[in-house]
Amino acid sequence: MKLSGGEILLRCLKDEGVEVVFGYPGGAVLPIYDALYDADIRHILTRHEQAAAHAADGYARVTGRPGVCLATSGPGATNLVTGIATAFMDSSPLVAFTGQVPTAQIGRDSFQEADITGITLPITKHNFLVKDVRDLARTVKEAFYIATTGRPGPVLVDIPRDVSGAQTEYVDPGPVDLPGYRPVLDPEPDQVLAAAKLIATAQRPVIYAGGGVIASNASEELRRLAELIMAPVTTTLMGIGGFPGDHPLYLGMLGMHGTRYANYAVCECDLLIAVGARFDDRVTGKVETFAPEAKIIHVDVDPAEMGKNVRVDVPLAGDVRRVLKALLEVLEGASHPAWLEKINAWKKEYPLKFEENGLKPQFVIRELYNVTQGKARITTEVGQNQMWAAQFYTFTRPRSFISSGGLGTMGFGFPAAIGVQVACPDEVVFDIAGDGSIQMNIQELATAVSHELPVNVAIMNNGFLGMVRQWQELFFNRRYSYTELYGPDFVKVAEAYGAEGIRVTKPQEVRPALEQAIASPKPVFLDFVIEREENVMPMVPPGGSLGKMLG
Amino acid sequence: MRHTLAVLVENNPGVLARVAGLFRRRGFNIESLTVGETEDPAVSRMTIVVEGDDRVLEQVTKQLRKLIEVLKVQDITKEEHVDRELVLVKVNAEPARRAEIIQIVEIFRAHIVDIGRKTLIVEVTGDEGKVRALVNALEPFGIRELVRTGKVAMLRGTKDIATNSKEAE
Repeated sequence: MKLSGGEILLRCLKDEGVEVVFGYPGGAVLPIYDALYDADIRHILTRHEQAAAHAADGYARVTGRPGVCLATSGPGATNLVTGIATAFMDSSPLVAFTGQVPTAQIGRDSFQEADITGITLPITKHNFLVKDVRDLARTVKEAFYIATTGRPGPVLVDIPRDVSGAQTEYVDPGPVDLPGYRPVLDPEPDQVLAAAKLIATAQRPVIYAGGGVIASNASEELRRLAELIMAPVTTTLMGIGGFPGDHPLYLGMLGMHGTRYANYAVCECDLLIAVGARFDDRVTGKVETFAPEAKIIHVDVDPAEMGKNVRVDVPLAGDVRRVLKALLEVLEGASHPAWLEKINAWKKEYPLKFEENGLKPQFVIRELYNVTQGKARITTEVGQNQMWAAQFYTFTRPRSFISSGGLGTMGFGFPAAIGVQVACPDEVVFDIAGDGSIQMNIQELATAVSHELPVNVAIMNNGFLGMVRQWQELFFNRRYSYTELYGPDFVKVAEAYGAEGIRVTKPQEVRPALEQAIASPKPVFLDFVIEREENVMPMVPPGGSLGKMLG
Repeated sequence: MRHTLAVLVENNPGVLARVAGLFRRRGFNIESLTVGETEDPAVSRMTIVVEGDDRVLEQVTKQLRKLIEVLKVQDITKEEHVDRELVLVKVNAEPARRAEIIQIVEIFRAHIVDIGRKTLIVEVTGDEGKVRALVNALEPFGIRELVRTGKVAMLRGTKDIATNSKEAE
């Protein structure tokens, strides 16, 4: 029986185990949407293609399975770009399908034509333009394979309208054969032994864990490693949840807005074990003074990360989980009482803190933690809201904190929360937002309402682009150039879309409002009117050393 | 230091853009890049000359290996290898001075491939030193135009880059 390209695509998605597609229709994807009409795959219609990409990304991050988005050619495809770049920077397995003008019209500046494979070249792990319907099934299979193996990342498949509309016999593409793509999964035994030797002789070890721990489902192995060698663990923003936030060995986040004790520990450690992390500038600060006394072991699935930003003494290229397992097999227990005592003294002396006067964002997030007992799935936008969420909600399990780390995409959190709620229909989902970020994808209220997805958005409303304002306060002499932000009445906006809105202005209103939101079957906007000029502290000034923090 | 990379890639449209885009995005400098089909029509071979210290080169090779369509990458700079470049030089050649030019061309075992009324085109194949020396020798006559293919390179002896895996150096 002959199938259309669109039908073949849907069949391939089914074979890949795809349950849901986030998308937005248009001319060049009509044959695909026609096939979707009968398909046993759920489609979530967003109100902007960017949101479809973020929602698919959120779905991928919370499930560990690939997220799928679909958009038409031209503007539909270019609207995906920010979402694809977001997924790329955070190594999230996203598969994006775009329509393209018919093959005969490619290159003629046709209506709604954009060179999306060219545009996304530097922000995809790989991309494809399918020129023949007979290549479609194989291409889709390769796309999912590339997106989900090795270091995960977004893959885009561009499908011209005549390809999705063409009829052909479906032929099983067989196993994937990509001679140029062989992810390194197992570490070299010699390097494992070299790492074990360093660990055995270390006096002041620190484990620095990133998103790779979560991506490779290695949280359990990480905890065992930390407890075996009694090394304190700090995580990056992306690593939050990869190690239990309430564990005595946990140091919290490191870097620009990390805890003082995490940063001090990194400054004074004699061995830094980087696990699934990439030495981002927000983590290292001034790279010349980063972990100055430490030997460095670097565990990562991407060999190109070794030595990219910092010198590495023992590179351990491989899947994080497999590497940690290999290490656990050869390591012996260790203890460093003096070191841990020093760290505990720092913890006591420099806790994360804030003044409890007025309605404080830190208090709101702490209350959210208390009300949800730490069990909510939290997404964030980008800026102060994101840092407060990272600092004041205690995350105890992987895939419970979902945030745009690398690209820092405002507008990510709300659509990502929609994707998370689709994946976890019975869980409490909160987007911790700012009044700036939420306005970047506020139209997704319609998506949440129409699909009956009861996501909650906690807006830390200070009437500013808070993080930029904070930098202006600290480094630009309080010249608040264009950071004061007029916003709408978020309660009325929510209500206009058919969602619920609650305004909170006093600390004692926080808990009942959160309880009301969680109990509501509708999406809820919580408008927390917070202290306007609250800062995220402590802080390493840009380009500064981790040991020298403000606040 | 200048490095010569031998790179095998799938012979697909767009692969050159991926490689060139990678160099641009990561801020690596390409001195020359040549590309053409190999003995296997499904595979193309690039010879890329790139300037950088060991750290830069390590990143270049690792980033290249990450490209799905890149099959093999090898830095052959320190290996025994043959490298060649072909250069065409259009040089001013008034009839009175032609003998002089022809003599130079013979010394360098180059060829004259075109004779115009007032010009000659010289074709020279060789390594960098030979090409530079010939160009210097022709300079006094007045070089009107010069075009070069960029370097191609191959390991000496029985070693070849196809027998080295993508992961190994």
